Amino acid sequence: MTENIVGRGNRDGGNLFREWFEELGNVAKNDGQNAYVFVMGSLNEILKTFDLPVVFPEINSLQTAVRKVSGELLTEAEDYGYSPDICGYVKADVAVQLRNGEHPMGKIPKPTLAVLTNACNTYIKWAEIWERMYHVPIFTLDVPGTRAVCEQTWQGNTDFENDKRYVAAQIKELITLCEKVTGKKFDIDKFRQILSYANDMSRSWKRILELNKSCPALFNALTDGTIYLGVANGFRGTKEGSDYFKNLVEEMEFKAKNGIGTLSEEEFRLIFVGVPCYPIFRRFNEFFTEWKGVFVHSTYLWFAAGGTNLGFEYDLKNPVDSLAEGLLISVRDAMDSMFHQEQALLSMVDPYKIDGVVYHPIKSCRTVSTGLADGRRYFMDKKNVSTLFIESDMMDKRVVSEAQMKNRIDAFFEGIISRKQMAKQV
Amino acid sequence: MEKVFEDWKGKKLEEIFRLCRDLVEDADFPTVSKWRKQGGKVIGHFQVYFPEEIAHAGGFLPFKVCGAQVEGMEAESHFGSYLCSVIKTSLELALTKKIEMEMFVTHPICDAARNLGAIWGRNFPYKCQILYLPQNPNSEYSTIYLSNEYERLKRDLEKISGKEISNEAILNSIQVYNKSRELMRELYKIKNETPWLVAAEDAYSLIAIAGFIPKEEYNEFMEAILPMIKAQTIKKQDKMRVVFEGGFCEQPPLDLLQVIGRSCYIVDDDLMIGLRYILEDVPQKGDALKNLAEAYIEKSSYSPVQHDLKKIKEEMLLQRVKNSRAEAVIVTAAKMCEPGLEEQVAYSKMLDAEKIPYFISEFEENQTTFDHLGIQLETFVENLLFD
Repeated sequence: MTENIVGRGNRDGGNLFREWFEELGNVAKNDGQNAYVFVMGSLNEILKTFDLPVVFPEINSLQTAVRKVSGELLTEAEDYGYSPDICGYVKADVAVQLRNGEHPMGKIPKPTLAVLTNACNTYIKWAEIWERMYHVPIFTLDVPGTRAVCEQTWQGNTDFENDKRYVAAQIKELITLCEKVTGKKFDIDKFRQILSYANDMSRSWKRILELNKSCPALFNALTDGTIYLGVANGFRGTKEGSDYFKNLVEEMEFKAKNGIGTLSEEEFRLIFVGVPCYPIFRRFNEFFTEWKGVFVHSTYLWFAAGGTNLGFEYDLKNPVDSLAEGLLISVRDAMDSMFHQEQALLSMVDPYKIDGVVYHPIKSCRTVSTGLADGRRYFMDKKNVSTLFIESDMMDKRVVSEAQMKNRIDAFFEGIISRKQMAKQV
Repeated sequence: MEKVFEDWKGKKLEEIFRLCRDLVEDADFPTVSKWRKQGGKVIGHFQVYFPEEIAHAGGFLPFKVCGAQVEGMEAESHFGSYLCSVIKTSLELALTKKIEMEMFVTHPICDAARNLGAIWGRNFPYKCQILYLPQNPNSEYSTIYLSNEYERLKRDLEKISGKEISNEAILNSIQVYNKSRELMRELYKIKNETPWLVAAEDAYSLIAIAGFIPKEEYNEFMEAILPMIKAQTIKKQDKMRVVFEGGFCEQPPLDLLQVIGRSCYIVDDDLMIGLRYILEDVPQKGDALKNLAEAYIEKSSYSPVQHDLKKIKEEMLLQRVKNSRAEAVIVTAAKMCEPGLEEQVAYSKMLDAEKIPYFISEFEENQTTFDHLGIQLETFVENLLFD
């Protein structure tokens, strides 16, 4: 039983990923239709209803960093004219497009349309590049976010209802666009089925995150979590995705019941804030696990899942309106976990028994990184928890200094140990 | 309320220009201080566009937050490394109390700026918020949405002032702002038709002071100074007519514009475009907020931070070049400004295709050396002149 179930999520996730890229390869080969989308508000629910395979350029780009080829792609895009100071994901994708879709995981098809939200402004600039390259329709689904700290509005509030009507109107416009692009009529029953699968996933994702309150931690939010996120995005609204996450809940519950942690020995429970350091993904994690530190949570697991951490479930009796409500609440939450990240962290520290918080602002992403130094100041003022602030990048190895990083991480752990010893003496 | 900007009266044009340049470079914003000393309230709004009419109708002084030439020592510890200057210096102005306000509003113009609402909110007791200007202006619902968003903003302003802001009051403010925009358009007409009558840095200063002077005073000033500019007898020089593109958010130092002015006439630009974003008069009757929302969606300029299928940016730039009869374009961007840097690529590809010469550069508001830029630009101009 243990052998079959423990590690199943990572194994199955890897397999699903390969299948997904194989499918995209076939789409590219056959010049088939597809949609380029992003992780924060992918609109998979609509696109799957029209049988449109989805391409996540963010995921494609991070794969190039993990597979150590991002450097050459960045240089290629910079030679084309893009500044060293813009998002590395964008540049890697530009280079992949210039290479006619050649990617280490397979062939990426050219887009039929691109669908994005405003959760990240760079999404909009990025999609404009495809618009210019391929002259395809791009659709920005504008989701108004939280206006001021702790001022989210909810159902029944005038401002919430105004925002919801705006989102709902845009969803209907997107449906019309998809009908035009694909030549298919919108099938409401199929849509309901897809929402039902998405509900399974949201419910499971919320449960999985909660289960990692277990000591020892059941999964590493940085490494295992990235695999789960990949499936959560690529397979949202599908039976495969639904089954995968139900199985993952089963795995985590099994591990929790049997006290099986992701590390054989766990001493320090950490939160990761920001976007991972993909150019040295494994090594970066080892800097922490060598000290028996494990990332039990991250803001990444919230925003890169498009806010599905809330577990919002669509009302299948009122599907379009409910999708508008769910998108508004979930994408807004994704934005909150970046801009108001201190609120997310304060809510995690006690239930997850946190010893330290690692802030990892990156050159590539101002959305996530701009507020981190200030948020850290705020957090430290409210909580007596060790923090570490290390800057590098998610794509560009030129700004990743491993030796310096290791020194700072070692000092961070020494600080936590001293702090614990002092607390014992008191 | 006493006037806050009267020093220009009775002065010669050259002295007025100097006064305006000094005001633009003064990080203590004396006109705003005078306003506050009299009990006036201030609404700070970050670049690019803000419907100032609503705040004006509530009796507030809308203040355009767009950084300044300050060192940023206080703000430094609130930010990481990879960030444009205007984000840091804007916070610096508030942290060092060079500028005080009753509310701060930012917009989702870029990934950095939209973080400002939360950052300011963690540091100041007053309300700091994002005004969500629509990012999908092509949705048929966007005007209704924006009217509702303006209504929400109005409610927040009313809470601060304790007074209702009536539809009539906003319509009156629209009238004042229509006049202001008309005067700005007149200045740009002078830049276009007789650019030798006003130096680039002076034309810029005349626009930029609108960010921190009550609009009635600004209009009075512009109505007086524009005839003075036109009345000058200055000879045209042999300079290249250029469009300056890339000043929609962070502003270049005046010295940089001066350096460009040595070899070029800037006949059009996007400097402080937010203050000039609405291109036509906003209707002065009916539902004021709806009128403002429609003007933003239907009668506005363009910038790299708005995607609108009705306003393809390369086409808009090309139109700007043609309308101003420019011979070349200076395609610039603030350092670390992601939307500006991304747009540079699209602009340069279009200009290549159209065979319009262009000069690519980056700038920073705190930049102090311009020799290198000056030499490069002169070389660029000479190459074109002797081509």
